[in-house]
Amino acid sequence: MSRRAKGYLIAIVVAAAGVTWSLTRLLSPEPSPAPASAATAAPPVGTAHITATLYYVSSDGRALVPVRRDVPAATSVVDQGRQILNVQLQAAPQPYVQVIPKGTTLRAFYVTERGDAFVDLSGDVVSAHPGGSLTELLTVYAIVNTVTSNLPAVQRVQLLVEGKEVDTIAGHVDVRRPLERDTTLVRDGRGGDAGPPPAKTQDSKLKK
Amino acid sequence: MSRWRVTAHTRVAFVILLCLISGAPQQAQDATVPAPLMLVSKDGRRTVPTVTSSGRELIALDDVASLFQVAVREDSLAGGVTITYRGKTIIASADQPMASVDGRIVTLPSPITRNGRRWLVPIEFLPRALGPIYDQRIDLRRAARLLLVGDMRVPRVSARVDAPGPPTRAAVVISPATPVSVMTDASRVVLRVEADAIEPVFPFGATGLIDSVRVGDQPNVVFVALNRQAGAAKTAIATADNTTRVVIEVPMAEARPATPDSKLPTTDPRLPTTESPRLPGLEPRQALQTLAIDPGHGGDEVGVRGASGLEEKQLTLDVARRLRGLVERGLGVRVILTRDDDRMVGIDERAAAANNGKADLLLSLHANGALSGSPSGAEVFYDRLDREGEAVRSAPAAAVALPVIGGGTRNIDVVPWELAQARHVEASAMLASVLEQELRQRVPIGQRPIQQGPMRLLSAANMPAVLVEMAYLTNSAQEKAAAGEEFKNAVAQALYNAIVRFRGYLEETAAP
Repeated sequence: MSRRAKGYLIAIVVAAAGVTWSLTRLLSPEPSPAPASAATAAPPVGTAHITATLYYVSSDGRALVPVRRDVPAATSVVDQGRQILNVQLQAAPQPYVQVIPKGTTLRAFYVTERGDAFVDLSGDVVSAHPGGSLTELLTVYAIVNTVTSNLPAVQRVQLLVEGKEVDTIAGHVDVRRPLERDTTLVRDGRGGDAGPPPAKTQDSKLKK
Repeated sequence: MSRWRVTAHTRVAFVILLCLISGAPQQAQDATVPAPLMLVSKDGRRTVPTVTSSGRELIALDDVASLFQVAVREDSLAGGVTITYRGKTIIASADQPMASVDGRIVTLPSPITRNGRRWLVPIEFLPRALGPIYDQRIDLRRAARLLLVGDMRVPRVSARVDAPGPPTRAAVVISPATPVSVMTDASRVVLRVEADAIEPVFPFGATGLIDSVRVGDQPNVVFVALNRQAGAAKTAIATADNTTRVVIEVPMAEARPATPDSKLPTTDPRLPTTESPRLPGLEPRQALQTLAIDPGHGGDEVGVRGASGLEEKQLTLDVARRLRGLVERGLGVRVILTRDDDRMVGIDERAAAANNGKADLLLSLHANGALSGSPSGAEVFYDRLDREGEAVRSAPAAAVALPVIGGGTRNIDVVPWELAQARHVEASAMLASVLEQELRQRVPIGQRPIQQGPMRLLSAANMPAVLVEMAYLTNSAQEKAAAGEEFKNAVAQALYNAIVRFRGYLEETAAP
């Protein structure tokens, strides 16, 4: 096989992996509010990617908004989770606001057989947090919702800071145990109020 | 002769009687375990067991060690013990009624003694020996069975009957002058003294239409029990010469009124107004006896800081103190503040203060922050249970049999510390609803005024508990308002009103 043929084969394999991942996402539970589609990050040219739903704060600071962004594709759940979280920790696209303190980095990510994911963040998430119950809830659930929305294998997310369990990020929200997704803090990308989401039924997934 | 014999017999009988009389108290003193001391401190109150030996009241050093966090080390060569507290030492020996306290000699009523594996010290050891090296004042009021730690407000309260009547006139005198709230119903007059405890002097028994005067279930409450012929009592409060005097007039009932005097405040509508039998010493437990207020953050943990510099930790403590004043004056309820100064307190320490103080209600006060300046208004949070919490709520309490002093066992319901809130979530939701209604009347309210979340402090609270976010300090108008007296008083009043309403809910749910 010539070098050129090998190159084509690799490109086809990578593209197939990306398509497979996208199909998996389509068949997995989605966050109920419709994600905003305008804000997308341009992927590096020639790199396979998936479209993931990330969570940022609305411009008025009141709610989480699901935003679809392109994320580099990976071949395993754990690697894909790392890629998604690394993008989630970057600056938010306009007009949204990043609720995870600037400088916070992902130290580790892993998933247990029970479907609990562990997200280990650097200490900046605590030391640079501005405080307040609302902002703390939004910070915690931006991460929890992002992981559980994009990785069907993950049911709950436990936050760690510098490799250790912590009580809270800013003094209010209990993060000692794995947390499930919370959609009560989520407002749809078209500006609707945060509130109880519609029922998560097969029909609602198909309509998307 | 006959007369001599009678006289002699009488003398012999008198001598025997004298021996019996003089001997009886000593025997009783040696045989009877004294009533436990009541330790009263800012952290609450607890009983302290003591024993009597050879007429001396003694306390075990291991109890002292756990109560005061001192280290006790036995010196077998010297035949005594060394007690250490923050680098200062007390040395006491078994053969001398004295102790060396940080190099100074203090006398004790008796030497320390050994009873099996325990060392016992006379209770005077606490104020005389431990007091000088302890970082808080230790005051022993033996007659009142009180052990006061710290600067506690414990006025002397005496009662006397001026006229047996009817009408029976009595006076309760509080010295030094201390605010007191008085409540009456058909069977009693209840005085709540705004103090940590009282030192009672109640020398008389049943007189006129008054059956008894005694300290209530709380150490700052006086019960004046009326007899069955008594009508509705009237009271008047006057303060002069640094004493507060409560004059009580009890008329004879011609026909017992169905309701108490409308001019006098009443607290518990479920109290009996008919001739229900009363068990002496067994008063019904009030639904709301203790309130825990948690001023959020503190010390290095400032919480949210507004653009003009107002810090969450300042605001929460300020409002907490205002609320404490309102509740103590208005309801006579004991109030626990999880912090009363600018210091950092751990979350579990806050929960422990409420749980160990047996608070009936916990309000955690906070101020909110957002990433934008637009959110504003008060919000109330209550705990949301996760899978484990739901399992605890739906499962019957796990009972564990623990051994008790004197033999036997006692069943204790065991709930995991981090899931203590599981059985109170519904009541907490009700409390949040009442708070939202009261806050809405006095201060700006948020777009989502009631929210549920996994709140760390609330999850460990073993009582109805909510977290109140009073305002957004990231909103410049709210920060400016929150710094003012009007806002802080309005929030405190709204919280107070909600507490009064929630007390009614507690009483209804507690009713058989």
